[in-house]
Amino acid sequence: MDTKEALFKYCLRLADNNLVLGHRLSELCSNGPILEEDIATTNIALDLIGQARHLYQYAAEVEGKGRTEDDLAYKRAEREFYNTLLSEQPNGDFAVTIARQFFIDVFDYYFYKELLNSKDERLKELAARAIKEVTYHLRHSTQWILRLGDGTEESHKRLQTAVDGLWMYTGELFEMNEVDEILIKEGIAPNLNDIKTKWESKVSEVLAESTITKPEDGWMQTGSRKGMHSEHLGYILAEMQYLQRAYPDAQW
Amino acid sequence: MENQELEILFQQKIDREEKIEPKDWMPEAYRKHLIRQISQHAHSEVIGMQPEGNWITRAPSLRSKVVLLAKIQDEAGHGLYLYSAAETLGVTRDEMLNALHEERAKYSSIFNYPTLTWADIGAVGWLVDGAAIVNQVSLQRTSYGPYSRGMVRICKEESFHQRQGYEIMAHMAQGTPEQKAMAQDALNRFWWPSLMMFGPHDSDSAHSAKAMRWKIKRETNDELRQKFVDKTVQQVEVIGLTIPDPELKWNEEKGHYDFGEINWDEFYNVISGNGPCNKQRLSHHKKAHDNGAWVREAAEAYARKKQKSVAA
Ligand SMILES: [Fe+2]
Ligand SMILES: [Fe+2]
Repeated sequence: MDTKEALFKYCLRLADNNLVLGHRLSELCSNGPILEEDIATTNIALDLIGQARHLYQYAAEVEGKGRTEDDLAYKRAEREFYNTLLSEQPNGDFAVTIARQFFIDVFDYYFYKELLNSKDERLKELAARAIKEVTYHLRHSTQWILRLGDGTEESHKRLQTAVDGLWMYTGELFEMNEVDEILIKEGIAPNLNDIKTKWESKVSEVLAESTITKPEDGWMQTGSRKGMHSEHLGYILAEMQYLQRAYPDAQW
Repeated sequence: MENQELEILFQQKIDREEKIEPKDWMPEAYRKHLIRQISQHAHSEVIGMQPEGNWITRAPSLRSKVVLLAKIQDEAGHGLYLYSAAETLGVTRDEMLNALHEERAKYSSIFNYPTLTWADIGAVGWLVDGAAIVNQVSLQRTSYGPYSRGMVRICKEESFHQRQGYEIMAHMAQGTPEQKAMAQDALNRFWWPSLMMFGPHDSDSAHSAKAMRWKIKRETNDELRQKFVDKTVQQVEVIGLTIPDPELKWNEEKGHYDFGEINWDEFYNVISGNGPCNKQRLSHHKKAHDNGAWVREAAEAYARKKQKSVAA
């Protein structure tokens, strides 16, 4: 694999993460527990899908085969997506939505902070934009972790269940493969082992404050770096890609 | 001062085009009328998120997806401003939501129609927001200060909404035969319900006369409807679609378009709960609200704990 191919795949991975999580959040529109939360959720979805667009555009440029952001989002199949298993997990109750969001926000926060040092100018620019948004996302999900964890007995129980249930998907956030190796060497991508240390300490700190017990690291699910997903992704794509697939000649 | 005297002063103030503010004296009926109207307006913004939200996950391009998300986010924000404006009249958001759930408060009937194809998202933005804008532009001059200022803020965002919808329609009308058919079908289904959004004829409108005298309403239902038709007909022609009204034609003498009679049976039928989606919209809203109860309780409990620890 050369640097160009690695960079293309890397951008896809980042873009897919943002698009799929943004998709999940956009499913929640008009289902929030309170109007303010509906606004926040839509806003975060908007940020994530906006970031995905920039990343797909860049991926398409790097690839140089004339594909567009929409070709990449709408015309790839299940096994060609590289988003994490965590990002595609169903919304569940509000505790699940928040726990999933919090784990990813913490990751994104440290990740984009590191990406600000990338030798790739475009990724650097993207990170500068993303970090502002992600800082807000993290503040939002952290507040909810505290409220739910240290709120009522019921909310505590629900959040603990959510955290326990999602924990096995968190290991994958830090997996690296040949793509990372190549780009780390070039100073383009951050080393995810460094992010992992920061992630663990932040997550431990917030969970402790929220009186939630941090799960023991057990078996961690894996697969997405190779395009192997949970069954959920197929449905997400079926829904998302339906018009493009049903009317291949149409422009939208 | 006697109520009668106060009422004369109140009306004089309105006639001088001065705004009524929350702390000013106002007749109980004025307050009630406003609470009814503003909360209905707020509920409409919020319930409207459902038919539009119905297509976010299926939007056919990333660009159209983010534009639709941004629009829906705006609408939710409008709901929020409007609930706050209503709260200045001494009603709480919980009370307003209860009234909605118990079907004592209404929302715009247009949202009781389903969004069946992607073109419907175009039709909603273009026609429904287009009609709402005509109404809201007029309401910028409404006599109640917080409502009027809310409308000014909202109108700034609304024109982008209409453009978003029109763009989708224009694009589809120039697209493949299937796309064009979808666009025409959406126009066929949303045209008449959009005209109904302005309410019954002035002669049949129970609240109209008083609302005009108090300058809550600045133009009548029929005047506003005419404005909407006049501005929309040309837009339809430009993109090559056909308005589903054989009686629609330019009236040189009046300088307006004449149009056919609205099916008022359908109008009253949908208002009274028999539209295709009335039950669905309301139960969706109730369900989301009920499912969120434990979340709201947790937030309150947490806030109380924090307050205590600050006080201690
Ligand atoms: Fe609105
Ligand atoms: Fe709007």
